[in-house]
Amino acid sequence: MTHPFLIFQWLEGQFHSHLGNHVTYAWLVMAILILVSFLASRSIKMVPGAVQNLMEAVVSGIDGLLEDTMGKEGKAYFPLIATFALFILVSNLFALIPGFYPPTANLNTNVALALTVFVMTHIVGLRKHGLAYVKHFMGPILWLSPLIFVIEIIGHIARPLSLSLRLFGNMYGHEVVLMIFIGLVPFLLPVPMMLMGVLIAFIQTFVFTLLAMIYMAGALEEAH
Amino acid sequence: MEFFAWCVMAAGIGMGIGSFGTGIGQGLAIKSAVEGVARNPGASGKILTTMMIGLAMIESLAIYVFVVSMIILFANPFVDTATKLTIAEMVAR
Repeated sequence: MTHPFLIFQWLEGQFHSHLGNHVTYAWLVMAILILVSFLASRSIKMVPGAVQNLMEAVVSGIDGLLEDTMGKEGKAYFPLIATFALFILVSNLFALIPGFYPPTANLNTNVALALTVFVMTHIVGLRKHGLAYVKHFMGPILWLSPLIFVIEIIGHIARPLSLSLRLFGNMYGHEVVLMIFIGLVPFLLPVPMMLMGVLIAFIQTFVFTLLAMIYMAGALEEAH
Repeated sequence: MEFFAWCVMAAGIGMGIGSFGTGIGQGLAIKSAVEGVARNPGASGKILTTMMIGLAMIESLAIYVFVVSMIILFANPFVDTATKLTIAEMVAR
């Protein structure tokens, strides 16, 4: 299943560096995000201009969501969560631009993001509770602890698996369906799929970010 | 030769069974969400948000089936072994 012509991949092919599609386009996402942030914060005014207004709306939306889910101590994790949200949103929206390839349609990007969330959950829990973090895995009844420990371990390993596979499946499936539709009837048939692609991009960003926040809030709360 | 036939059948039928359960699950979720909004139209924002999250969670089960189907069709780890065995069998006949 070959992909059609990708602009930046062709550019990168000129340098003969043999990087994958997703690496080049992840760099493009990073460049766009850095550029927009730089433009928005260049001259901050009390009555905001266009770019600053947009970025303020996005940032305060994520901030409100974070406060709802994680409470006061969640504010410290705002940069990480906002980076996830913005990176995944822009990557997903790349799927709709012809000649661009969404880096989240490749399993490697998604596993990297999911493993970051996984490691961060445990670091956060260990930092807050110290070694008593193991109590999170024990469960309420003491003599059932070994069994519940195993079940909790399996549940914890299922988290990065499900996070990465959910995002990968949605984006890759969207690409596959678009390729098939373009092969069938290129005239107007892909348009409803692209509309659904916009919806799916936003929903998947929201779900990933929300789940990351819920996992971290679960590590921060008191064990019973 | 039948290996490939079974692969294609597995991918197709598996996807069908996966979508079946997902359809029912999401239908139930939307049913409750719509009933909730009908009882209390003011809370429609929160209800809609919760419904979206629930739908994405249930959708992910169908996505797992899709990923397995794609692996069976396009990244099948047994293709080389099956091809060798089929060729050996044909030569032996």
